[in-house]
Amino acid sequence: MEVKPPVPQVPAPVWGDIKDLQEWEKYRQVRTDGDKTSETLASIADAIHHMPGGWIVVTTTEKIFNWARSSSIWPVTFGLACCAIEMMATFASRFDVERFGMVPWASPRHSDLMIVSGTVTIKMAPMLKRIYDQMPDPKWVVSMGSCANSGGPFRHGYHVVKGVDRVVPVDVYVPGCPPTPDSLMYGLLKLQDQVAEFQKSGRKSTPTQEG
Amino acid sequence: MNPADAVSGIREKFGVEPVVDGATVTVALPVDQWREAGAWAKSTLGCRYFNWLSAVDWKAEGLEVVCRVENLESGLVLFLRTRLGAGATRCPSLVPVYRGADWMERECYDMFGVVFDDHPDLRRILLPQDWEGYPLRKDYAIDTPHAPYR
Repeated sequence: MEVKPPVPQVPAPVWGDIKDLQEWEKYRQVRTDGDKTSETLASIADAIHHMPGGWIVVTTTEKIFNWARSSSIWPVTFGLACCAIEMMATFASRFDVERFGMVPWASPRHSDLMIVSGTVTIKMAPMLKRIYDQMPDPKWVVSMGSCANSGGPFRHGYHVVKGVDRVVPVDVYVPGCPPTPDSLMYGLLKLQDQVAEFQKSGRKSTPTQEG
Repeated sequence: MNPADAVSGIREKFGVEPVVDGATVTVALPVDQWREAGAWAKSTLGCRYFNWLSAVDWKAEGLEVVCRVENLESGLVLFLRTRLGAGATRCPSLVPVYRGADWMERECYDMFGVVFDDHPDLRRILLPQDWEGYPLRKDYAIDTPHAPYR
């Protein structure tokens, strides 16, 4: 028995029609790692570091900066699935992450943290990456829940990304389906510890390479 | 229109023996009578409510398109099913009869790759337009890694 392939009648991708997105893709492809400002800052810091006794200045300022960074992490409001309900509960008054300096902010341009709360479908992954790329450096990602960690119950489905670390680099994984607000809070505190040790390298955090 | 009338009408008109279960009448038809059966069910049986349309992949025996239409006044439920044959993917569209079949057939095309002839706008409805393959077919390789995210 011969099984013939179906006649492909698929029109061109809708994304290809949007000029804005085409330009964005082009821009993203030619952009090198790191931007000019952070490289200048890094070279100044490097120069001070190599002056006699300069490392004290550098490490102290780094400590102050990291204290500031870790106590004002603003997560972008980015809810994907049922985990977003627990994330909202974490933001709300009962658990109240605002006492850690975390304000859920409705713009990626002002945010430092992306909490990937839920299932990332293959259709959603480019949009997630786009929001991630819109966030200024330095930026961090918390993968929340089984779906974002590994695909979870949908791992053997056809439509779910098997772990959001295939799309963006992840700093903290929070297990659970969905994680309770306590778990997420624990993950956020772990992230604060990580941010307190942040080393400014002058390089932007690189997303995963596209295959 | 009660099930008994529907059964005799179907037997007369299409020459196939329907299966009756309560108010549900199931008819298996050849593909070339598909749209005719839909039009007849709408006009004669009064099945004006198009409930859903989907497909079944019977592996080597090919695809089967199933749809359910209902007469809401008399409670008559009509299951229409047709085998497309091994390897065949073409099926007449029900959109000229039932306007509501539009998105159902697009979904069926999206998931099973059934090409509905005379459909006004046959393209993928749920998956991205550049998706390769039809995921609800039995021979779709689900765990195959695909760049960049799968």
